[in-house]
Amino acid sequence: MSVCTLRINERDVAVPTGTTLLEAARQASIPIPTLCFLEGLSAVAACRLCLVEVSGADGREEPRLLAACVTTATEGMRVQTHTPRLQEIRRTVVELLFTEGNHVCAICVANGHCELQNMAVEVGMDHSRLPYRFPDRRVDLSHAQFGLDHNRCILCTRCVRVCDEVEGAHVWDVGWRGEHCQIISGLGEPWGAVEACTHCGKCVDVCPTGALFHKADTNEEKHGHPERLQALVHARTHQEWSP
Amino acid sequence: MTTNHATDANQPARRTITIDPVTRIEGHAKISIHLDAAGAVDTARFHVTEYRGFEKFCEGRPFTEMAGITARICGICPVSHLLAAAATGDKILAVQIPPAAEKLRRLMNLAQITQSHALSFFHLSSPDFLLGWESDSAKRNIFGLIAANPELARSGIRLRQFGQGVIEALGGRKIHAAWAVPGGVRSPLSPETRDQIRQDLPDAFAIAEQGLALFKHLLDTQLREEMEVFGHFPSLFMGLVRSEGTWEHSSGRHCAGIRVMASDGSLVADGLKEDDYASFLAEAVEPWSYLKFPYIKALGPEAGSYRVGPLARLNLCERIGTERADRELLELRQRGGRVVTASFLYHLARLIEILACLEQMEQLLDDPELTATHVRARASVNCHEAVGVSEAPRGTLLHHYRVDANGLIERVNLIIATGQNNSAMNRTITQIARHYLDGNNLSEALLNRVEAGIRCFDPCLSCSTHAAGQMPLQVQLFSSEGELLQQRRRD
Repeated sequence: MSVCTLRINERDVAVPTGTTLLEAARQASIPIPTLCFLEGLSAVAACRLCLVEVSGADGREEPRLLAACVTTATEGMRVQTHTPRLQEIRRTVVELLFTEGNHVCAICVANGHCELQNMAVEVGMDHSRLPYRFPDRRVDLSHAQFGLDHNRCILCTRCVRVCDEVEGAHVWDVGWRGEHCQIISGLGEPWGAVEACTHCGKCVDVCPTGALFHKADTNEEKHGHPERLQALVHARTHQEWSP
Repeated sequence: MTTNHATDANQPARRTITIDPVTRIEGHAKISIHLDAAGAVDTARFHVTEYRGFEKFCEGRPFTEMAGITARICGICPVSHLLAAAATGDKILAVQIPPAAEKLRRLMNLAQITQSHALSFFHLSSPDFLLGWESDSAKRNIFGLIAANPELARSGIRLRQFGQGVIEALGGRKIHAAWAVPGGVRSPLSPETRDQIRQDLPDAFAIAEQGLALFKHLLDTQLREEMEVFGHFPSLFMGLVRSEGTWEHSSGRHCAGIRVMASDGSLVADGLKEDDYASFLAEAVEPWSYLKFPYIKALGPEAGSYRVGPLARLNLCERIGTERADRELLELRQRGGRVVTASFLYHLARLIEILACLEQMEQLLDDPELTATHVRARASVNCHEAVGVSEAPRGTLLHHYRVDANGLIERVNLIIATGQNNSAMNRTITQIARHYLDGNNLSEALLNRVEAGIRCFDPCLSCSTHAAGQMPLQVQLFSSEGELLQQRRRD
């Protein structure tokens, strides 16, 4: 196994070739915030929270902004993960997520257990400097067990990926464009009408916010369970099934 | 305080006096007093000047969220909306909630009534009685009370703390605990928590008895005139009653429905079901207030106006059903008649209800079923329209939801206790103004009494803080043509 050495925040880090910057940083116990990334699923760099400043790659010296979850570590790379510029970008990204949807924490099923809420705290978003858009969005309760509230969706696409890559049902997709972009089930049908859905609930387990939830959930009752997916992926990959 | 003479005060025309905002109530409002050409009080109006729009923005939300959303209407009595929303949700699921859940909800409502009444009497209203109508407005508040009677002030705070503590023990937090859900409640009561609540009861009883003794003494000595002038008039009364005609505060297995009684004690209607409220209640609208004027449909807006809340509940029941509170109820009726029509006695009714709540809590805590662990029934949408009812501290609260096949809200109607007392509040301030207004003399004492008349009903217009120190107040005097003649204001 070949190894490459890079510097992250002035620390030398050696990782196997092919490792992403996010994995390399985490192996070195350097935290990089993420929302769309979830171990066990493919990386899509949708949320842009894991942007880092990279120099020394491909002979370029000027720092470039690259998403750590999809950038492969190379020999001699120099990476900064928490510069003032990056912290400003991350706070702005979270502000954009909040202002682009309708996130009313006080009455949300995920209040207190929400990755977006935790991220706002982590990046120091005590208020939004951007105006709220208050888009007119719908709630889909057509499924027998689960609900989808587009108001709370941040388009991380974890649901799309887990349904496709792990469950193999491919119920979810991303439809429309720009500000109209939203998660769709089937070919834009109500969730309850999509026959491909196996009712497994993996999409609900991995959703970082209260966008996907159990229908009986009320205020603060939804807890995400990404560890269930990770246990399943680990078992399949390593053929290690816990009793 | 400033005085503004907009025009010649001697002008012989009909005028209006406005008090804006009214302080030490839940929310913001103003009062205007309309004088006729002779300078006598024509009418007085209680204006609610805020609009919040809950009924509109709930549309499109899952009905399971309604408890969490509507509880946010108020920070003082969120439990009332929580319980009414949960009761409505039970009907949408079409389930009978587990007996333990029903008892736990009752326990929370008793704690809610206790803490809210303690706030109303000790924090908001007692400074008026104890410090006097003529006292400095900057000191006539809870802080002035702390300075003048620290033991009473501390007791009031402790009693409220007790009620809030029970709410927190059950729901996990004092305010906006989204614990009651369609189908029951989220978590059972542990025997340890039950024992802790029981341990705190004797102190709460002592404070309630202390408040009762003090207020009855004041009524017998220095508040006789207030009893006669602060909203003393015949009207209908409406509220829930329990089977056997006893005092009731929640819907449930033993609730006998809604009763309407006239001030001569005759029953206008009995056993009304909340589901049929639209058949017996109607709401009038006036252009000068966002607060509607509900009335008994069959009798029309005038004859059909009614009062709700503590006094109404005590008037409607034959007896309360617990020893100490029944003794006090008997004394109340000796003081004010079988049906008490003096609105000033709302304060006494509140204190009696605190005692009733504490006694009923004591009984509930002895019930072994209270700590059962099956507290939530699960079901999907089985009914598309439902009405839930609960007795909030301030009176009967109705939630009416219509949902689509999946449980998304299509229409909401909320009938709030304060709205139902709207006509009575207007009559009360008219009566007070007629008695105390002397020509153009907008005395501090008059303004204070008009405000206090409103506070008899403990109106909850929405969440509001109660400013420390000087209270903002505005009074305006208008001519019969609507011209501003005089204005007094303190910020």
